[in-house]
Amino acid sequence: MTTQDDRYDIVVLGGGNAALCAAITAAEDGAKVLILEAAPKSYRGGNSRHTRNFRCMHEAPMSVLVESYGEEEYLADLLRVTGGRTDEGLARMVIRQSQECLPWMEAHGVRFQPSLSGTLSLARTNAFFMGGGKSLVNAYYRTAEALGVEVLYDAPVRHVALEGQRVTRVEYEHAGKLHTLRPRAVVVASGGFQANIDWLTEAWGPPARNFLIRGTPYNRGTVLKDLLDQGVTSVGDPTQCHAVAIDGRAPKYDGGIVTRLDCVPFSIVVNKNGERFYDEGEDVWPKRYAIWGRLVAAQPDQVGYAIIDSRALPLFMPSVFPPIEAATLDELARKMELPEEKLLATVAAFNAACGDTSSFHPTELDGVATTGLTPPKTNWARPIAEPPFYGYSLRTGVTFTYLGLKVDETARCSTETGRIENLWAAGETMAGSILGQGYLAGYGMTIGTVFGRIAGREAARHVR
Amino acid sequence: MYDNPIEEARRQAQICNACRYCEGYCAVFPAMHAGRFFSDGDLTQLANLCHNCQNCHYACQYTAPHEFALNLPGVLAEVRQESWEETAFPAPLGRAFHHNGTLIAGVAVLAMALLFWAARHLSSGGTGFYAVMAHGAMVAIFLPAFLLPLAAMGVGLRRYWRRVGGGPVTLADLRAAFGSAATMRNLAGGHGDGCNFEEEDVFSQRRRVMHQLVMYGFLLCFAATATGTILHYGFGIEAPYRLLSLPKLFGVIGGLMLCAGTLGMMHLKAKAAPDLQAPEVRGGEFGFIALLFTVSASGLALYALGGTSALEVLLALHLGAVLAFFLLMPYSKMAHGFYRLAALVRDAQRKR
Repeated sequence: MTTQDDRYDIVVLGGGNAALCAAITAAEDGAKVLILEAAPKSYRGGNSRHTRNFRCMHEAPMSVLVESYGEEEYLADLLRVTGGRTDEGLARMVIRQSQECLPWMEAHGVRFQPSLSGTLSLARTNAFFMGGGKSLVNAYYRTAEALGVEVLYDAPVRHVALEGQRVTRVEYEHAGKLHTLRPRAVVVASGGFQANIDWLTEAWGPPARNFLIRGTPYNRGTVLKDLLDQGVTSVGDPTQCHAVAIDGRAPKYDGGIVTRLDCVPFSIVVNKNGERFYDEGEDVWPKRYAIWGRLVAAQPDQVGYAIIDSRALPLFMPSVFPPIEAATLDELARKMELPEEKLLATVAAFNAACGDTSSFHPTELDGVATTGLTPPKTNWARPIAEPPFYGYSLRTGVTFTYLGLKVDETARCSTETGRIENLWAAGETMAGSILGQGYLAGYGMTIGTVFGRIAGREAARHVR
Repeated sequence: MYDNPIEEARRQAQICNACRYCEGYCAVFPAMHAGRFFSDGDLTQLANLCHNCQNCHYACQYTAPHEFALNLPGVLAEVRQESWEETAFPAPLGRAFHHNGTLIAGVAVLAMALLFWAARHLSSGGTGFYAVMAHGAMVAIFLPAFLLPLAAMGVGLRRYWRRVGGGPVTLADLRAAFGSAATMRNLAGGHGDGCNFEEEDVFSQRRRVMHQLVMYGFLLCFAATATGTILHYGFGIEAPYRLLSLPKLFGVIGGLMLCAGTLGMMHLKAKAAPDLQAPEVRGGEFGFIALLFTVSASGLALYALGGTSALEVLLALHLGAVLAFFLLMPYSKMAHGFYRLAALVRDAQRKR
């Protein structure tokens, strides 16, 4: 059965940060807005519920941010992580506007806190949400509802009908029925497709079946695929996704921040055959966090095992599950179901290749390296010798995908023949328009906030 | 709610420690993030630092239906409750009264009856209240009823202190702890918007305000009694006192605050989600707040109607409620004030 409803000027597809920024902005401009959130209320907010901060340019201390963080430095940080695959014009626009976003966020209920213990390196550049992304999402829902924005949960969108250069209707499911809306403008802010394992497998091949999805199970890319199939211009490489190595025991979906493992630099990492495969000490962890997802993905069964001794345990942030502990290495191998002899031989070879460890320093590149070992460990190479021994399994955890909708500086979507009159995009679903690979902590929320506000403003202007 | 609250708290704290998003809300999280493993004593201390503001719960990405099923306010409420019952002296009284509002009401009625009997049989040639009951009789009943529970409370606190590994207390520790209690800093939410409690994720100052009305109202009433005692023994000025006297001013203002605060607390508590508190002791908690309301309301009534024939009945009601309140101090929600202060002192020690 199909029902129809034409009460709304603007329909926002998605219920995370970008969607809410768009809805709030449009409602403040006088538009009647409906949010269609695919998730139930308890899981609302997409990946925003797992975020924790907002990277913000500032000329002088602002809110919880100390010192200053200028446009050029911000851009340089971005270019470094994306290897140059950045749309500089849009990136600069986002960076500049981030500065006015922060007070806007505070005015709309978001509260910040000083950078968390263990994240001091971000105190200058990133404003942390008090309580994390879910509290930001909560505040925005309260603000939006006070402005008269209506929200439907459990309302996945099935089809956005594009006729020529116009979206004519939106079809969604709710309470077992298919409904049709004919809004005058549509903002799509429904994230990437990383929770759609079939699509990931298409792009990555069979190993993708073993990936864990760090965020919401509701980012299935239904709207994205639907729009791409109708010729909406895309951006980004479908085979690209942001992947890190996380605790192998993490849930299939939604494990979030707590499943990250920071032990790699102080460990040796072996595959299921007990062999090392990459330099664990290549760089300080935040800089190498993102390559280990791919490294582990390339190993048999897409799994790795980090082995440390008792001296390494206090050197990194605790994670959600306690490590597997054993008094001896062979016991650890048995507990972790690794080939005993091979693991012992790998550790012995590693230990023998370690040299002088007197300049060991856990927070800087200390140059304490192995000699004559392949692959080498070029920093923090200290023998694994002090029992008890600990092990963590590692799997590839996907944070987000890069394939998305291409937008211009007004967040407008287009087709080959030109701009679409009434379709805007914001957030993860268009972030590929700005960065093609890599990731800078807190930049996703910045893109979502800046483009959410632009999309809301432009859509409201269109319906006025 | 949980079969083994302390083990469940350990599991949840480990997840919180890997996340840390809530670090800014209250004293619990910085204390938690200072360690890597949690002993039973650590968890007891965290539980007593928690003021059940619930901000962390509504901000949490891992609450049910997520499989991690975090409910930190709920599990800490249970650990806290267990710690009070286990350290109470004698412990069986703690276990009985915390859970049972009816028992609290029973003790109150018995105490009122006792006072009624006393009023009938122990009157003397005094004036005002003392025409109903001799001053000496009141002292004979209330002095032990105040000092014995206080001594029992002391035993409980010492047991708590040993459990959480507290050290010698300095003036600075006390200053920090009392400063925190005086402003209820831990109900301010870190950002000053207050706490989530009665209306899901909406922040409000209501609980903080109501709690302070109760706390300062109670302290003013206590000050009324104390100044009355001083006037009585020090200056030979006996009750009833004039409106513009310290005992009356303290008592009337404190009584009004206590009345309003207890009603407000009951209202908020009724609206709040039971499973984010310790559900098994809800009866006992409501019973305690109701008793405190009775103390203040009967005290005000005594002031308003003391000159009428209702004096005898009202005096028995009021003094009976006060007596029950004192007797139950170590075994009712009143104990939380003492344990909470101890936890704040301990936290000040951790930080120094």
